[in-house]
Amino acid sequence: MALDSKTDTKPQQFKVVGTRPLRPDGIDKVTGRARFGADMSAPGMLVGLVLRSPHPHARIRSIDTSAAEALTGVHAVVTRADFGPPSDPGVADVLDNCMAGDNALYDGHAVAAVAAISGKVARQALKLIKVDYQPLPHVTDVDAAMAPDAPALHEGRADETVPAGMSPNVMARHEFGHGDIDAGLSQADRVLERTYRTEATHQGYIEPHACLATMNADGQADLWCCTQGHYMVRNTCAAILGIEQGQLRVTASEIGGGFGGKTTVFLEPVALKLSQKSGRPVKMVMSRSEVLRATGPTASSSIDVRIGMTRDGRITAGFAELRYQGGAYPGSPVDMGSMSAFAPYDLENVRTVGFDVVTNRPKQAAYRAPGAPMAAFAVESAIDELARGFGLDPLEVRLKNAAREGTRASYGPTYPAIGLEATLRTAKDHPHWSAPLGPNQGRGVACGFWFNFGGDTCVSLNITPDGTVTLSEGNPDIGGSRASMSMMAAEELGIPYDRVRTVIADTGSLGQNEVTDGSRVTFAVGLATIEAARAAKREMCKRAAQVWGIDEDAVIWEDGAARPAGPNAGQHPPMSLAEIAAIASNTGGPIAGHFEVNAEGAGVSFATHMVDTEVDPDTGAVKILRYTVFQDAGKAVHPSYVEGQFQGGAVQGIGWALNEAYIYGEDGILQNPGFLDYRIPVASDLPMIDTVILEIPNPGHPYGVRGVGETSIVPPLAAVANSVSDAAGVRMTSLPMSPPKLLAAIRSGQS
Amino acid sequence: MQYLSPTTIDDAIRLLSSQSGDCKVLAGGTDLLVRMRSGFAEPDSILDIKRIDELRRISRDAGGWRIGAAVSGAEMGEHADLVADWPGVVEAVNLIGSTQIQGRATMAGNLCNASPAADSVPAMIAAGAVARIAGQDGLRDIPVADVPTGPGKTCLSPGEFVTSIWLPSRPERSGDAYLRFIPRTEMDIAVVGCAVALTLDAGGTCTAARVSLGAVAPTAILVDAAADTLIGTTVDDTALDALARACSDAARPIADKRGTVEFRVHVAGVLAKRAAIIAKTRAGGAS
Repeated sequence: MALDSKTDTKPQQFKVVGTRPLRPDGIDKVTGRARFGADMSAPGMLVGLVLRSPHPHARIRSIDTSAAEALTGVHAVVTRADFGPPSDPGVADVLDNCMAGDNALYDGHAVAAVAAISGKVARQALKLIKVDYQPLPHVTDVDAAMAPDAPALHEGRADETVPAGMSPNVMARHEFGHGDIDAGLSQADRVLERTYRTEATHQGYIEPHACLATMNADGQADLWCCTQGHYMVRNTCAAILGIEQGQLRVTASEIGGGFGGKTTVFLEPVALKLSQKSGRPVKMVMSRSEVLRATGPTASSSIDVRIGMTRDGRITAGFAELRYQGGAYPGSPVDMGSMSAFAPYDLENVRTVGFDVVTNRPKQAAYRAPGAPMAAFAVESAIDELARGFGLDPLEVRLKNAAREGTRASYGPTYPAIGLEATLRTAKDHPHWSAPLGPNQGRGVACGFWFNFGGDTCVSLNITPDGTVTLSEGNPDIGGSRASMSMMAAEELGIPYDRVRTVIADTGSLGQNEVTDGSRVTFAVGLATIEAARAAKREMCKRAAQVWGIDEDAVIWEDGAARPAGPNAGQHPPMSLAEIAAIASNTGGPIAGHFEVNAEGAGVSFATHMVDTEVDPDTGAVKILRYTVFQDAGKAVHPSYVEGQFQGGAVQGIGWALNEAYIYGEDGILQNPGFLDYRIPVASDLPMIDTVILEIPNPGHPYGVRGVGETSIVPPLAAVANSVSDAAGVRMTSLPMSPPKLLAAIRSGQS
Repeated sequence: MQYLSPTTIDDAIRLLSSQSGDCKVLAGGTDLLVRMRSGFAEPDSILDIKRIDELRRISRDAGGWRIGAAVSGAEMGEHADLVADWPGVVEAVNLIGSTQIQGRATMAGNLCNASPAADSVPAMIAAGAVARIAGQDGLRDIPVADVPTGPGKTCLSPGEFVTSIWLPSRPERSGDAYLRFIPRTEMDIAVVGCAVALTLDAGGTCTAARVSLGAVAPTAILVDAAADTLIGTTVDDTALDALARACSDAARPIADKRGTVEFRVHVAGVLAKRAAIIAKTRAGGAS
């Protein structure tokens, strides 16, 4: 697509965009009235529960559901036998993850489900289902899974990129880069080689997965669920159940966090199947332990890095081999990790090789900049160690190597205007950088990159007879997007923010919408909103022209009203939006604007994070003292939400760096499926996260907007590790830097 | 499932002994209800002791304090005289859970849940606390240290329950303190806990001490060898180093998802030292 305005990057003057109005969904959320996934109910509704594998890997010899079916109050029991092959083979793994086929592939894998008149009866029924398991050897560690003799999950499924002789658990190999690594390394004054490890972390959304499904005998179905993308839910469920997409209407509830983890389905096809079989509405709500055991954490990783640097700080070559396990099915984000690892730098010689590995763990799901934080942890730690080793300023070293407009990115494309240098220079000039540190305190910095995304988007904007505006978009509001869309519509139409109400339409009301992912919504839905508003403005100008009896082209829209374009158009008082709306019925009928697009031009985004920590040398406890985020937002539509995204990413990264981890025992069972031992940071663990918004306009958006939601989780793993390493006097290469691990490192460094 | 809510201790004893199935005593419920919600406990009946008035009181008793089994952590924290006498015990209780949990959680419940990592238990042991237990044979008093017998296990017989905890009178120039190590700053469970209660003479020499460790053995333990390192000293650096060694030597932890053996052994000593310094300061000793 092409938009004339896309080339217009000169600074624009905004009236609404850039202000901080109250969010329209705020009152319902703080008063508890907002309806989340578990808040929907229907007459005659049944409770659905899932039976899950207690084994990390087992052949399912047989499942006897007869006793459960015979229990009074049980209306349906389903197993994989109730599902035929999906109409789209692309969702075969999704189905297998929702309901195990021949094998249970991880602790918590769904093997059967029941629908009953109450939770009590459903729980009783689960106990009556007899599953005959044949336990199989299991593997949960990525490097162990890559050993040639490792227990295999999917023998023979590796794609053609995988060299012969590798473990059958390696599903794909990815390679990116350019130049000659060996030649580059030979020019270096020092070549650093290190292995870095990160553990799987969960998105940690507060709201567990929940849905309410009805499927009628006539083939029509309705589904209410908490999701990041109800169009994806519709398409996936339709394929799994073998029904037409148009027959399934999905409505997204409010969402209590997603962070990428709600961009797939877990319960929804099962609930629909239970409803189909029972003829009753079925509601399913996961427990926290089910969320942790059976929904997507991110991948764990093991990464070898080799970087050469001259003594003045120039990187001569960068190489990384990245190994990510993404759980029981192919599709770890190692491709994106491999693409993003060196993306902030302008390098002559750079190469990354990534291996996608399966293990007996829940299938990973997208988590905020999927794959990038671990890669940045490895590369940014190595650069930091090299810089400090030469006694160089780590920000200067990054500036010296920073990618800028015209740089050929490590993953291929050439960058347009980007904001990395601006974040680094702003960081260097910030008082945080020169603030004094006390004993046992350290400071770390790191950079991060994320691609950002556009994708299929539909927006419909309707002018009501009284001159207010309703805007329908198809993306669940996970970060304040209703406010942001209302602001962009108000800006474009020249009316106050509170005259626009944005609603999240169901799948029957708009065309296809990509899920809320890739930091795409403010960019892509915003772009479509602006274009829908422009379409409405054109129509309103046309109506005014009609009233005035002048040519359409002689009418312009300015400050919320149609006006004659110039003196030649005649003397007519401006007609406001409300005035035009009031007479719409007499000038041709209702007025609306809509826009449908596969949005391209999402600008890449960069951030630099700076963090001070204090390490207790006697216990290994880490305190975050001060944290500042510097990130390019292109244009901050609602700065408070942009700051919130910066802060949220930083906090999730701090958790990943310090304490969060999936802990598996030798038995392959997840040991910490709860928020007590899966430790996300609590408020008292954190200082206020300071933010600096930079605005380097994205040439691909009418207002210059870039996605901001994901980049903020990319630098913190490395920034915190660099800070802790500085404070503790020992280089930490393995996350999380939990107190036992850090104390052991400090004590072995002392001895 | 049956819910029982007697208003007298006698009724409670009668109801408890007449239950045929599994009957659980409910005080704050901050452990029991969580266990029930997560499917780990499915009692046939629940006996709620919160309607028994005398179990909801904090009262003076024999120079010390008697704290009813249904008194919440928040109520203890708001009791200025109790806090003045046993700041370490109260701070240990107040570490349990969140603000909301504090409105329900009780010290007696924390004891009867019998977690080796329970925060209030080492503090009670260091304070020399005594649990009063009611049963069909009447009341009996036993040291708090003897109540837990292993993870999730107590010495209480079926039909018995704890009605109160007694904290002795605080001698002059005494202080107590409790510290725990958690990876976060709150809402967590002790990886190691340590309580120190000590008494100084007018010259600042320690005349009595009790040191207790949590989360380093199947139950919270009283470490006499650690107390011995303090008694007769001014709780100076040499004594503190010896205290740390004695606590590390006494720790017999397991390695689990919350910490390694090596970590717990080391941190037991670190916390003992730090807790002793606070207790000494509270006792009026020179810092």
